[in-house]
Amino acid sequence: MSETRLQMRAGESANVILRDATVLDPVAGIDAPHDVVVRDGRIAELAAPGAASADGLEEIDAAGLHAFPAFFDPHVHLRVPGQEHKEDIETGSRSAAAGGYCGVLAMANTDPPVSTPADVEALLADARASASVRTGFLATVTAGMPGEGLTEMAALRDAGAAGFSDDGLPLRSARVLRRALQYQRLCGGTIALHEEDPELSGAGVMHEGPVSAALGLEGVPSISESTTIARDAAIAGYEGGRIHVQHLSAAESVEAVRAAKAAGVQITCEASPHHLCLTDEAVRSLDPRRHKMNPPLRSEADRQALIAGLLDGTIDCVATDHAPHAAEEKEVPFEQAAMGVTGLETAFAALHTHLVLPGTIELGLLVEKLSAGAEPFGVERPSLAVGSEANIALCDLAAAWTVGEDGYESRSSNSWCAGEQLTGRVQMTLVGGQIAYRLRSFSMGVAA
Amino acid sequence: MRHLLSIGDLTKAEIEAILDRAESFAEVGRRDIKKVPTLRGRTVVTLFYESSTRTSSSFELAAKRLSADLVSVKAAGSSVDKGESLKDTVATLSAYDPAAIVLRHPYAGAAQLVAEWADAAVVNAGDGKHEHPSQALLDVYTLRRRLGSLEGKRIWIVGDVLHSRVARSNLIAFRQMGAELTVCGPPALIPRGLEQLGCAVEHSLERLGEAEVIYALRLQHERMSESFVPSLREYAAHFQIDGRRLGRRQLLMHPGPVNRGVELSGEVIDSPQSLIAEQVASGLVVRMAILYELLASRDSEPAPAAGNGRHPTPIGQPA
Repeated sequence: MSETRLQMRAGESANVILRDATVLDPVAGIDAPHDVVVRDGRIAELAAPGAASADGLEEIDAAGLHAFPAFFDPHVHLRVPGQEHKEDIETGSRSAAAGGYCGVLAMANTDPPVSTPADVEALLADARASASVRTGFLATVTAGMPGEGLTEMAALRDAGAAGFSDDGLPLRSARVLRRALQYQRLCGGTIALHEEDPELSGAGVMHEGPVSAALGLEGVPSISESTTIARDAAIAGYEGGRIHVQHLSAAESVEAVRAAKAAGVQITCEASPHHLCLTDEAVRSLDPRRHKMNPPLRSEADRQALIAGLLDGTIDCVATDHAPHAAEEKEVPFEQAAMGVTGLETAFAALHTHLVLPGTIELGLLVEKLSAGAEPFGVERPSLAVGSEANIALCDLAAAWTVGEDGYESRSSNSWCAGEQLTGRVQMTLVGGQIAYRLRSFSMGVAA
Repeated sequence: MRHLLSIGDLTKAEIEAILDRAESFAEVGRRDIKKVPTLRGRTVVTLFYESSTRTSSSFELAAKRLSADLVSVKAAGSSVDKGESLKDTVATLSAYDPAAIVLRHPYAGAAQLVAEWADAAVVNAGDGKHEHPSQALLDVYTLRRRLGSLEGKRIWIVGDVLHSRVARSNLIAFRQMGAELTVCGPPALIPRGLEQLGCAVEHSLERLGEAEVIYALRLQHERMSESFVPSLREYAAHFQIDGRRLGRRQLLMHPGPVNRGVELSGEVIDSPQSLIAEQVASGLVVRMAILYELLASRDSEPAPAAGNGRHPTPIGQPA
């Protein structure tokens, strides 16, 4: 996972032993206690617990902790350029490292949007200077994101764009999507789609259903998302293009993707932790800081359909849609507040608490889906197999903590689970062998 | 009662206590000197971000009749025009140490936010399309005076429910008082899933005869341009309450302002079945009772902790 489309700050590679960690990497078929030896940025050895020689290596007591392949998030908002009051590459990537991530892909709906090769080059240079995890950048599909007029997709790819997306807004025009997919044959680059029909969404601020009826808030019907997915999947199938559907929220949408996959369309999709853990019932709080985002939190039936999609493989990966906003953009009535919640620091803990502990999904599936977000964009997924680059999330599954109690690494605090007590916490993140994050209370002391 | 944010926060007994209090203020209103000293030396702020005639004037007069000092702020012409946020405006007005803030705002949840930010008791005088609890109380008061009790009474709410905060609060209040509710209007103006709030939904006035009370809602003209209904004429043909549709023993209510000739014909507005003028008169005494309950009654004395048990999570800090 060292593609040049992803950049991070250069640093010293740690030479360490994670002594007696429970190593779980379902894709590599590893599920047993090991001493994990990291040398020169790579996983040099998986030895029997206590068997690895400490010679010249720093020892970390990982007994009782789990070592997972570090996570990869194909959908974050780092807000650079133009909205650095919400987040920047340094704070956003630190937030990612704290969540156990080794890589992220940033969306292009910045101010101005990322639409030129120079924009991409500047961002990659910034990431080389300040990113704690491997950071890639999508460019917009349409120049300046008005939904019309393609960007110079080939030049953007040459400059290092990891893919394309007008995320934040849908591609209204079927013709524009078709042209972009035709052009994709020339330059590659997965097109990530925010699926929504503005005609059906109107001025909606939450899911349309009994809760929106009770609150007097305008609803966004599920069909706004699913009809657009069906349209775009048909176009992608016709053109032989490759699309990635972002933040699935509705049962109908899962069905649309399932049907497209069955028809052989090159389509992948993601779901966000907040859609997998919460429903529109939460919106009764009228708290936009935690519960206003697009797409909106939907019904329990929708949430169950997303879980079923994870289980049967229709949903390829978990992506946070980490969307930081400043306090003043959220301390207003619900309808006026900015859309979006932060999620990088809590994704693993929240899904572990809400889905794994109650037995809804297995730990291995969660780990697999959290690191699967690299593949839709042609990036090699993190692995714990010997010889792989050392991208490791070291987690304490028993650690109980309250979200926000120690503040956030992110510049913003609009976490969807702020104040919630979660079980399971990332203690340490290794990215390319570098220690990208270590929980303050986590000791680096020599193993006893 | 610490704040009046949603009518759903009140039990039937609490609603009845406010209405009983309103009855006693109605008696005050028949005296030569219509003022009582209850809130002397205390300040009531009315903060209106939307135009209003009935609600603002009745809250203002209610405060004055209770001898409170009144600060009346309208968004137009205030620093709101200069881009001041709701939070900052509330902080500014809080410097006067008001006992109560009466808020009308175009967005849902605004009163709840103000209740989190301010020390004052907050009265929701309408927040977006969400709630209008003082309207619900005055409507229950008006009906109780006429019918004695709402228990088992069949009430039809007719019209643009989708955009109506009055409909939402009244649905809750009428049900709380034991009435049976039917909501009627064109499908595009009835929110999806509304029946889960405990009412029947009809799209025709065919069975209107079963209603003992008809509560008509205002149809705003801009709904035509948004294609909710094709034309006023078509709407009136199907949903206008007119002399032909209004039975002699049915009661007619409307929160005002009325679009004459749209949701109601002129003849029914002025008919003996119409309670519209009584609703306005009830507004004053009920709003006096609300301010009294919040600021002067015994159980409002011990502040925050004793409230109604519903304290929203503060914004801006971890819950």
